[in-house]
Amino acid sequence: MTAPASSAPARSEPHAGNRLLDVRDLCVAFPGHLAVRGISFHIDRGETLALVGESGCGKSATSLAVMRLLPPGARIAGAVTFDGIDLVQANERTLRDLRGKRMGLILQEPMTSLNPVLTIGDQIAENLMRHEKLTRAQARARTVELLDLVRIPDPARRYDDYPHNMSGGMRQRVMIAMAVACNPQLLIADEPTTALDVTLQSEVLELLDSLRRQLDMALLLITHDLGVVAQWADRVAVMYAGNIVEKAGAHALFENPAHPYSRGLMGSTLRLEGGGHYTSQRLTEIPGTVASALHEPGCNFAPRCALATADCRIAPPPLRPFEGRQVACPVVTQPSKEADRVAAGR
Amino acid sequence: MRLLSRTGRSLRRTLIQAVPTVIGIVILNFLLLQLVPGDAADVIAGESGSATVESMAALRKQFGLDQPVLVQLLSYLNHLAHFSLGFSPRYNMPVGELIMARLPYTLMLMACAFTLSLVVGIACGALMAAFARRWPDRAMSLVVLVLYSAPGFWVGLMMIVLFSVHLGWLPSGGAITIGANLGFWDAVGDQLAHLVLPSFSLACFFIAVYARLTRSAMLEVERQDFVRTAQAKGLTPFTIQIRHVLRNALIPVTTVAGLHLGNMLGGAIVVETVFGWPGMGRLALDAVMARDFSVLLGVLLLSSFVVIFANVLIDLLHAWLDPRIEAE
Repeated sequence: MTAPASSAPARSEPHAGNRLLDVRDLCVAFPGHLAVRGISFHIDRGETLALVGESGCGKSATSLAVMRLLPPGARIAGAVTFDGIDLVQANERTLRDLRGKRMGLILQEPMTSLNPVLTIGDQIAENLMRHEKLTRAQARARTVELLDLVRIPDPARRYDDYPHNMSGGMRQRVMIAMAVACNPQLLIADEPTTALDVTLQSEVLELLDSLRRQLDMALLLITHDLGVVAQWADRVAVMYAGNIVEKAGAHALFENPAHPYSRGLMGSTLRLEGGGHYTSQRLTEIPGTVASALHEPGCNFAPRCALATADCRIAPPPLRPFEGRQVACPVVTQPSKEADRVAAGR
Repeated sequence: MRLLSRTGRSLRRTLIQAVPTVIGIVILNFLLLQLVPGDAADVIAGESGSATVESMAALRKQFGLDQPVLVQLLSYLNHLAHFSLGFSPRYNMPVGELIMARLPYTLMLMACAFTLSLVVGIACGALMAAFARRWPDRAMSLVVLVLYSAPGFWVGLMMIVLFSVHLGWLPSGGAITIGANLGFWDAVGDQLAHLVLPSFSLACFFIAVYARLTRSAMLEVERQDFVRTAQAKGLTPFTIQIRHVLRNALIPVTTVAGLHLGNMLGGAIVVETVFGWPGMGRLALDAVMARDFSVLLGVLLLSSFVVIFANVLIDLLHAWLDPRIEAE
């Protein structure tokens, strides 16, 4: 698979100096399985973009593709431009200089994402010594500051702790400290709160958001938790089976989800305003599983969609502008009476 | 400080466990050796060729072999309690002196072979893992397979043929050049030259085991999330392999290495015989042939000390490698 010819003009296109990451027609293929099927999105400096979708929809593959950290055997195509640098064509050396320095990554599971036999301090300092060329003593001092920044109590003593000495929330803070050590411009957080207690989730997200402001980072937040999105994201891209089906401002999406899949996601979330409770009110669910999207020639969501027409199953619908957002659903963007009737009856 | 207290605790635990182990080993060995047909008197009588029933009875009485088994055992334990390993009827000298003359050579051989097997094995394994499924990996796998399947004494003999007979680089046997009057450094060099072939033949099997183990452990560790974290920090592949992957992969390797120490002592008997190395292994073999059980018991007791002590070292290494051990 090679990069499509369209990637060359995409790079030379002048960006409004604010554009940090530009992803165009990104495809990620694992052996025997196409995980991401040509998605495009961008992140401006200092902005939070949430990539939302259920498990297996290609969110993590997208984040790893941006860092070029996909496992060997995975192939990518399309164009990923980070601050003017083409990440798809970049060589290993350029990528290594970017990783950790200008892009930080936070993974889902802080227990397994930290090396069990090295102290957490050394694992953070490693990053500083690699990119900032600090001496061991300088890196130690800076690491203690970072641990303090992520609100770990008694940071100087904690430096010599091993990951198993810490709780899950603390470990995730260590991961965050590690990712922001060199003041990256882009922070990619791949389900940063999934492995944590509910009470810790908001603390960690609040920390991420305040760091984003303090350090002026852009944040690519990957999650399946819509509550997280509503509170912390500026813009949202909803992914389904390797495609982005809707791109909208976070507020707009929550007020009025357009794509049937987005509507389904919102419908399967508990909301307090309605006075509903899962004991008294049935949660709506999206029928079927993502697996039904395999080998679907048309819209991936068609097999599970209440609005699907015969046309939906012929060709995949492109993203179209609709009410100040982009939606990949011809039925919704060209509203017919049928769609309104079904939507109203929901 | 934390490491020190951990070390102290681990040492104390090992010592407490070691005492009953050693007593058990002594009693069990003693009783097992009673099952062997024949005794020292038989061998001496057979060699002299002119023994009578009376002279054999006199020999047995002299060696204390005419006593009931339980009395012999108690007398042996009594000797041990006084830090004496007994007296060898065969060599006509105290067992302690006999063994002490041999122990340094065995320790030297074992230490060299063990270090060699760990260092070379882990280095080979790391290289194989770095080139996994490419030609350097396949070529080294083949070499490792040969080392694994060829018996140590055969490798030893072949190396004697190559390095001593044809090339003349290294001595073919013995522990030192007899009669050479050397200065200190020349003597050390001479000693090392004599060590090379025996240590390698003893180590070759273990090199193969540790190479395979390191390779598979590293490939296993490479799939862990923290390796991806390390990559996300922009570290070079070399740093990731050594600092993150190898460090974790060493834990299973040292565990197995600790278990192998006993095997290595057993393997030393064969290698010592091939190279005429004056170690405890050969002493043990001679003792079996001569039914000189007091020497054999002494060798077995000392060997158990060596294995226990080496295991303590491995435990310490382990505690240093894996900080999680403390948490258990």
